[in-house]
Amino acid sequence: MVSARASLRTRLSNLIARRELLLSLITSDIRIKYKGSALGLFWSMLSPALTLATYYLVFSVFLKNGIPLFVVYLFAGLIVWNMFQTAVSSATGVIVDRAGLVKKVSFPREILALSNVGASVIYFVIQIVVLAIFLAIVGHAPAWGFLWLLPISFVALYLLTASIAVVMSAITVYLRDVRHLMDVVLQLWFWVSPVVYSYENSIAPALRIRGLTALYFINPMTPIILTFQRIFYVNTTVRSTTTGLPLHILPAWSMTTFAEVNVGLLVFAVALFLVALVIFGRLEGNFESEL
Amino acid sequence: MTNVIEVQDISKRFTIHHERNQTLKERILHPRSGSSEIFDALSDINFTVAQGETLGIVGHNGSGKSTLLKCICGVLKPTTGQIRLRGNLAALLELGAGFQHELSGRDNVYLYGSMLGFTRKMVDAIFDDVVAFSELEHFIDTPVKFYSSGMYVRLAFAVAVNVNPDILVVDEVLAVGDERFQAKCIDRIRRFQREGRTILLVTHQADTVRAICDRAIVLDHGNMIADGPVTEALRIFRERLLGDVIDHRPGGSGVVTIDGLSAPSGSFEVRHGSSLRFDATLTCDHAVSGNLVIEVFTRTGLLVSRNDAEASPVTLRPGVNKVGVELANVPLLDGVYDLNVGLVEPQGATMLAWREKAASLQVLYDGRSSGVVAIESSVTQW
Repeated sequence: MVSARASLRTRLSNLIARRELLLSLITSDIRIKYKGSALGLFWSMLSPALTLATYYLVFSVFLKNGIPLFVVYLFAGLIVWNMFQTAVSSATGVIVDRAGLVKKVSFPREILALSNVGASVIYFVIQIVVLAIFLAIVGHAPAWGFLWLLPISFVALYLLTASIAVVMSAITVYLRDVRHLMDVVLQLWFWVSPVVYSYENSIAPALRIRGLTALYFINPMTPIILTFQRIFYVNTTVRSTTTGLPLHILPAWSMTTFAEVNVGLLVFAVALFLVALVIFGRLEGNFESEL
Repeated sequence: MTNVIEVQDISKRFTIHHERNQTLKERILHPRSGSSEIFDALSDINFTVAQGETLGIVGHNGSGKSTLLKCICGVLKPTTGQIRLRGNLAALLELGAGFQHELSGRDNVYLYGSMLGFTRKMVDAIFDDVVAFSELEHFIDTPVKFYSSGMYVRLAFAVAVNVNPDILVVDEVLAVGDERFQAKCIDRIRRFQREGRTILLVTHQADTVRAICDRAIVLDHGNMIADGPVTEALRIFRERLLGDVIDHRPGGSGVVTIDGLSAPSGSFEVRHGSSLRFDATLTCDHAVSGNLVIEVFTRTGLLVSRNDAEASPVTLRPGVNKVGVELANVPLLDGVYDLNVGLVEPQGATMLAWREKAASLQVLYDGRSSGVVAIESSVTQW
């Protein structure tokens, strides 16, 4: 059934029906990336491992900021950010880049953007593994009780990333500048997210005093990053290794608060994803004359 | 008979940008600049295809054939209307469009299969057939970027026909590949027909349509001008092409019409092996020279002969002209044949006038051979 406009329900069922295509696009992307390299996927493990080792060295030897195991805090947030950033920036131009395919073969076009998100999920998993190995080496236990929040938070992250990737890939067809604009936006976005600095060291406490905490959570990346940090870094308050004074790192939320925030975010992300599919469907009709 | 394809009121409108304002700066600075033009590639197309039918879509370049096919395959969204499909569809719009150059033939078979909507398991089941059909056993693990264009096409065609779709859509791809592979493709298409699958074929080669299709539709500037049996549709197609040629002649003069054929004996009846004389009457409004083309078709639409146009030049005066034609030693066997007569320009093959089925030729034959022509054979036992 082909008609001028497909309903959201048919879009979704088409997507589900073509999940095999999504898988083969992801695997072929990864295969092409590591074609001819003997170590293959091992390279993508080596790179985060090296990053982790470097940060460890820098923050515990050269730039002592007094936060014990700061590298774990940093890496937990970076994992989340990397997944978001690589997926969105690679998906933004994907429909323009694969114009030949889009004009000749019939399949739900959003699969192209989703395949880029899928590839970054694989790198995300690899980084989680690297982090787990690192935690085992340094003997730092994650917050086991909070671990069940990880899948919820991850699904929310996935849907959030996918929504933005899908919409951006369609907009870029009409406005090619968006690709470059997105690079800038992503950089700014990174610095308003509590990845490098701690939440309690940002403007968040100041907002809290004025009752404006919600403002900080306009950025949907914040609760996801905080959840990952809570799971892997664990400590909300630590004693500074240099001054001996207590340092507030993470918000002292109870598990219930974390759960509420994550479930709320998940609901939001699901809604956002559906909206993204509708927007994509509206924009998709004129691809042919713009590519 | 169930309809597997239902095309209802399909229109497709393109906006052609003459000046592309695709950067953000230009869009902001000149929100409405850059002229654009609306182009209706298809207007209100309606037709259905029954299961097991082979439909040819013919039309000149730019008539909307490929747009229509892309709408049916779902690559393009029609502006209005809808298309219903029953069963799965494999489309060959451009062979190997989904191939990834860096990947091996094997990986591409799976990738292409999944693009056509088939699962890995289904591709597993037909993988050996695909490789056998494409004859690429030795190169299946080589990246396709090292393939020749012929190998490329063979692999893509092999995937599309071996996934056994309910509907196969083919766009001008039979023209590629060597003669032997073409024959193999036609063979496979015939097997598809025997199996009761539906085929949609786009081409501008009348001979291909005549050879394969049961029915044809003709598109002209986005409108469907004919839908019917192949011979009838092709006649309309030719007349339209001819009409276009006349329209596009400089000065608008030089209309030549073929008024008809007449035989001195009063009938177009000829005994096998003897000759037939007839006259063609042509009217033109100014002097023109050209070559007379004569085609002989069987009633089933098989082209028996098309003469060499260059060998029969004629010069016409303004007014009514009579041209004598002789068909020498007609080698045809018993049956009724159709004669098409045309006038083409001396240089190039631009058609000046055409008359389809200008006359019916009745051939009488007493011998025992059957078929279309007699080939004398003598058998000697050594």
